[in-house]
Amino acid sequence: MTEGPLLDFFRAARGAGLRISPAESIDATRAVQVVGFADRARLKDTLSLVLAKTAEEKQAFAEVFDLFFRRGDYGAAGAGDAPAADRPEAAQPGEGQGGEGQGGEGQGGGGGGEGGGAGSGGDLARMLLANDQAALAAAVERAAQEAGLGNIALFTQVNLFTRRILERMGLQALDRAIAAAPESERGQRLRAGRERLREQVRGFVEQALQLYARGETEAFRERLLRQTRLAAIERRDQERMRRLVRAMARRLATQYGRNRKRDRRGVLDVRRTLRRNMGWEGIPFHVIWKQERIEKPKLVVLCDVSGSVAAVAQFLLLFLYSLNEALAGLHAFAFCGNLVEVSDILESQPIEAAIPAVMERAGYGSSNYGMALGDFAREHLALLDSHTTVVILGDGRGNRTEPRADILATMAERAKQVVWLNPEYRTLWGTGDSDMPRYAPHCRVVAMCSTLDQLERVIGDLLRDGG
Amino acid sequence: MSIAWHGLLGSIEATEAGLQSAGYIASRPISTAVYLAHHLRKPILVEGPAGVGKTELAKAVSAWLGLSLIRMQCYEGLDESKALYEWKYGKQLLYTQILKDRMGSALGEEPGLEAAMRRLHGVSDLFFSEEFLEPRPLLRALREPGGAVLLIDEVDKADQEFEAFLLELLSDYQVSIPEIGTVQAEVAPIVLLTSNSMRDLGDALKRRCLHLHIGLPDARLEARIIAGRVPDAAEDLRRQLVAFVQQLRTLDLKKLPSVSETIDWARVLVLLHASQLDHALVRETLNVLLKFESDIEAVEPQIAELLLRAKREAVPVR
Repeated sequence: MTEGPLLDFFRAARGAGLRISPAESIDATRAVQVVGFADRARLKDTLSLVLAKTAEEKQAFAEVFDLFFRRGDYGAAGAGDAPAADRPEAAQPGEGQGGEGQGGEGQGGGGGGEGGGAGSGGDLARMLLANDQAALAAAVERAAQEAGLGNIALFTQVNLFTRRILERMGLQALDRAIAAAPESERGQRLRAGRERLREQVRGFVEQALQLYARGETEAFRERLLRQTRLAAIERRDQERMRRLVRAMARRLATQYGRNRKRDRRGVLDVRRTLRRNMGWEGIPFHVIWKQERIEKPKLVVLCDVSGSVAAVAQFLLLFLYSLNEALAGLHAFAFCGNLVEVSDILESQPIEAAIPAVMERAGYGSSNYGMALGDFAREHLALLDSHTTVVILGDGRGNRTEPRADILATMAERAKQVVWLNPEYRTLWGTGDSDMPRYAPHCRVVAMCSTLDQLERVIGDLLRDGG
Repeated sequence: MSIAWHGLLGSIEATEAGLQSAGYIASRPISTAVYLAHHLRKPILVEGPAGVGKTELAKAVSAWLGLSLIRMQCYEGLDESKALYEWKYGKQLLYTQILKDRMGSALGEEPGLEAAMRRLHGVSDLFFSEEFLEPRPLLRALREPGGAVLLIDEVDKADQEFEAFLLELLSDYQVSIPEIGTVQAEVAPIVLLTSNSMRDLGDALKRRCLHLHIGLPDARLEARIIAGRVPDAAEDLRRQLVAFVQQLRTLDLKKLPSVSETIDWARVLVLLHASQLDHALVRETLNVLLKFESDIEAVEPQIAELLLRAKREAVPVR
């Protein structure tokens, strides 16, 4: 019996985004056996220790725990307030029935109830008339279990589940009982009770939806957003996108944030091999290869912030600035026509405020790649050395201005590599005023980058190979 | 077999009281974690900012239970020969040298090479036996006769491979040594791992542990901690300094002062015979609390205001 609610809770917690493996649920069950159910604060501490494994998960856990067990209070709380208000009424009709001779009717109805449940309305009516909140709550729980409420996934299912639960509780019999005596006091009281019950069950189902379905809806949404073209992200999803980008960046940063080494198989490290094998009189049982350090990338980013590319630029910049511990250095420039350095804005302000400021400085307008590259060559070429990766984000559409691919060639010579990210489909490159075919030969990587997934892949590759 | 210290961990309240007797003021989740660690035979992974008492917890547990504390500091490049065991190569070599003559005479009588080999097989395991085993912290913790407290400090600093290597120890309290076999703990030690979240630990490791997050304490808990650790600090001073530190934590600083800094500061103030906080005193001792020049510069102009607010809040309401 004790496992039932706990299993429900695990499902709710999974819904809230906690990853609970079967092993962890076994641990949790054992832990609860040790500390017991009685003290709720202690139960919370205990489950939190076993189930939630990061600070964020602890937060989510606390929320779902409170939500879940507030639901458990429903019966007790209902029984607490409701009878206080309704008890006098509840007592009256009981006497009334006997006194006014309605008892006869009641008995007749009771007989019918035994036959087909038409008059009395069954258990449900009795509970409503007696206003037995505890029994009602138990009946709701039972019916919810039978109706499979734990499987609720979409808000559109609320009505469906409400009806199913009510039906399982005996709504039909109740309806018949009300229909049999619509005008009598008993009928009216039953009707009022039915409405109240409907509201309660509805609330109960909505809470269950919040409990079980939140994680799934969220996960579904996020999956969708990752594959949506960044230019088409709606304003209301911006905040969610930023969260997603930060989470991605954090993952990459923890993976690549430390100094890494890689074996160069085939090149023997004589000194360390001898040392390692001293125990065997220098006979090399264990060979040790020379290692190369994988350096953190030093990036110079040039972002086209003209209308067509601005949406992507904002997420690229956000991504890169959330990565700081995985990068050795980062300079950001934005351009439409003239090139301006924007590192200072991005470093000093939170990204939400910084992006509009960048747009302000770089100006909205039509892009001119030749001019921007020229500006870079004149003032910032010294930034480039053999450890620097240049990342250019843009569609390569210079509005029929001189593309100056020769400057890009110079940059490619000085820098370690040039990576060009283009938000347009590959088939469009080179059509109309696109100068991509002229720039592409100077870049080591030319990739299409219009969704968050693609952005993550490109940046992940950069970090893995050490830019 | 009954172990004396098992009896001490009878309930969560007893655990809390016991930790307090060892000078560690534990919040409820902390004592629950220690209690469960023993009853579920699971290690505790303690995370939280620097200086909130993660390492201190292990010391307190060992002091309270009267167990020896075996501490292993993790760092990049730590491997099993430093963490678990190592063969005493020098001793092995020395022994082979000394025994060379005896070997010759022992094998000398055998007629052929094969017979000599057979003879040799009979004694071959001599050099890879317990005699030549140098136990490192993890193995020592397992072999401690009455149990022990094992502290694996800053596990996030070790390489990812080392984490995988810990798994066997953490889930079954045993380690496998190829030459000898499996070493099982007779009495399961209490294991604590600490991490400063330098990097995310693997899921496999986390799954095997109870996860305890110790954050910066609230004013009441911190006042109790100060009362426990620096009993000489006067009541007034204690309230004021805790309120002041709590104020500091609401500011946007590079490194927020944690409990260890508060304790240090309280000690400094006691040494200076202070009974009240005042402006000059705070300014002179601010470097105990704040570890970055830029933080000190940011706070200095606000001292008066912070002090005022701290004193207002420190007025006892209870």
